[in-house]
Amino acid sequence: MKKEPVKIKEAQAAKRAGNFDEVVLGYTEEEALREAGRCLQCKNPSCILGCPVGIDIKKFIEQITKKDYQGAYFTIREKNNFPSLCGRVCPAEYQCRRACVLTKKGSPFASEQAINIHFLERFVGDYGMKKSLEANAKKNQALSKFKVAIVGTGPAGLCCAGELARQGIKVVIFESLHKTGGVLRYGIPPFRLPREILDFEIDCLKKAGVEIVTNFIVGKAKTLDELTSEGYCAVFLGLGAGIPSFLGIRGENFCNVYSANEFLTRVNLMGAYKFPKAHTPVNIGRHMVIIGGGNTAMDSARVALRLQKMHGIAADTTILYRRTEVEMPARRLEIEHAKEEGVKFRMLVKPEEFIGDEFGFVRSLKCLECKLGEPDSSGRRRPVEIKGSDFQIDCDVAVIAIGLKANQILTGVTPQIKTDKYGDIVVDPLTMETSVRGVFAGGDIVGGEGTVIEAMGMGKKAAQGIIEYISKK
Amino acid sequence: MKILEKQVLSDDRGTRVIRMKVFSKDIPLKARAGQFIVAMVKEEGERIPLTIVDKGAQDITIIFQEAGLTTKLLGRLNVGDSLYALAGPLGHPTEIKNYGKVILVAGGVGIAEIYPVTQGMRDAGNHVVTIVGARTKELLILELELKSASDEFYVTTDDGSYARKGFTTDVLGELLKKDKYDLVYAVGPIPMMQRVAQVAKGFNVKAVVSLNALMVDATGMCGCCRVSVAGQTKFSCVDGPEFDASEVNWEELIKRNKIYQEQERHICKLHIQ
Repeated sequence: MKKEPVKIKEAQAAKRAGNFDEVVLGYTEEEALREAGRCLQCKNPSCILGCPVGIDIKKFIEQITKKDYQGAYFTIREKNNFPSLCGRVCPAEYQCRRACVLTKKGSPFASEQAINIHFLERFVGDYGMKKSLEANAKKNQALSKFKVAIVGTGPAGLCCAGELARQGIKVVIFESLHKTGGVLRYGIPPFRLPREILDFEIDCLKKAGVEIVTNFIVGKAKTLDELTSEGYCAVFLGLGAGIPSFLGIRGENFCNVYSANEFLTRVNLMGAYKFPKAHTPVNIGRHMVIIGGGNTAMDSARVALRLQKMHGIAADTTILYRRTEVEMPARRLEIEHAKEEGVKFRMLVKPEEFIGDEFGFVRSLKCLECKLGEPDSSGRRRPVEIKGSDFQIDCDVAVIAIGLKANQILTGVTPQIKTDKYGDIVVDPLTMETSVRGVFAGGDIVGGEGTVIEAMGMGKKAAQGIIEYISKK
Repeated sequence: MKILEKQVLSDDRGTRVIRMKVFSKDIPLKARAGQFIVAMVKEEGERIPLTIVDKGAQDITIIFQEAGLTTKLLGRLNVGDSLYALAGPLGHPTEIKNYGKVILVAGGVGIAEIYPVTQGMRDAGNHVVTIVGARTKELLILELELKSASDEFYVTTDDGSYARKGFTTDVLGELLKKDKYDLVYAVGPIPMMQRVAQVAKGFNVKAVVSLNALMVDATGMCGCCRVSVAGQTKFSCVDGPEFDASEVNWEELIKRNKIYQEQERHICKLHIQ
């Protein structure tokens, strides 16, 4: 008899949309055991190939079935320093779960039948967190005389730091903001990644000897050369994709047209949802419009909806996307959650112009309807405007979530680091080394926007590159 | 981030302008005229940009007017207290070189911001004319410092309570009429900078302004500080803060700087008695 997937418990949609508490509540031990029991323990497990950091998924799931949670924890940690974090934010349906043998062949993302690997990872990670297993993790002291600088405390930097610290290497991470975590803190809302989880994972790094310097902008307060001359034998750049893209349409600078980065930073990093207790404001509209189809758009929409509910405004948050739901790059779970909570979706729409009032505030958005044409370079069908289909929607707050470009604060003053036409850093794909010896890079500053786990994968690969590099010294 | 010195420069019925010297190991080594820092007073506070007015071996000086909640909270800190966060230096430095004859125009707390530019321009061999304007006598700051750093020095007050009654731009217009100048540089309230742009344009002199857009991260990440310059969207924090005055869309900047006016009033009432 085919066993049905064990559904994860979630906070009730109507209730959760009025606060910033975590939405997905996690498996109980019994549920984790049942879900782990569904794993077929394939002879040649394809799921592992789907994981950007190559976690031995088959093994850790088997360990769960034997109630060896500690063993499972260390199996994951061999490849991934942040199981509680990845178990929450990994787009598993595009990665390990899509590669799971239970996913229908050729499906664009995981079938429902695929093992809920991410939920099991989360269960194991949270178990380790509760039992403070990290403190007991093994550390190698072979390379303890070396010191490495990392720029950026986002997923790439954190992961690279974890890998290096494990080898006994002294690591100092420089962060430009006043808080650590990069996109994990300013981008991902607390209802998707509770701050105590993030803090715990970062504290683990500190306990492992990693030093973190906040409020320090490498490229401004110190150049890369100055940093390396201070005795760092290698540097890793996890700068992130910094600059928000705008649509380039008329009226985009009207008040209350936000980039997703600004909107989410105000709310997530600066705590604007607690205004006036927190001092940074954010404007909340009656008709909030989010433009884009990725995870950032989903996060922005769900944040917008929560702000409306928390302020007694009738929920009216709409996502506009120029293709259809299938082409949306967002995690399926986020799309579902957004819908359950009451976010409206309007597909095949292309924004044309923002209309504002005499005070400079946005009031509405002119759009065109689209249909899908031939596939473009991304393999997705290109949206084609339908002439004469223009319409207008009410919009007093707009959030543009259509992607990011490279931040050039560091690369702009470091011309010896080769960048491509997008301003992204060019690296050797095997070692993640840049055009400068001893300087490595990873995350969104390499190859543009990706997922948290992809950034971690690059951070990890770079750590191996760094270890090889300094071992030869 | 510890406050080393604090001095109230002016106090006009409770609106104070304060100078603070703050400890920093790294920022003074790199700070140049025209650059700014981002400061936070407390963990739940805002990030606000403030121009670096002066620097020592291990300190920087900021001067601010107690206008909104954050500057008021900052004004309550005393010597020995620490800021919650301090990062910089940010933005492009002023292009200091020998232009020939330059006029520097400053109004309000912009008078503080013009100080390092005045020094820099003088050191670069320029003939430096400085015009400063304040609403009233009590708000006039750094008079002696600026006077000694300039070749010519003019003061105006809106209400005529000190020196010449009128606006800085009145003096600017007269100077430009009488003589040829190579550059005008202005920092202060938006209406003043806007007027400087018009006057300078009338005489075909290049004018540079240092804008005071709202910011959050101030490192190019959020786009809160975007401003239209020559029809292009620029970020004040990483592309500026200085731009060619004739190319700035002032109307847009004025409106965008008022986005949170209501919240600001509300939160000030709540937190400041």
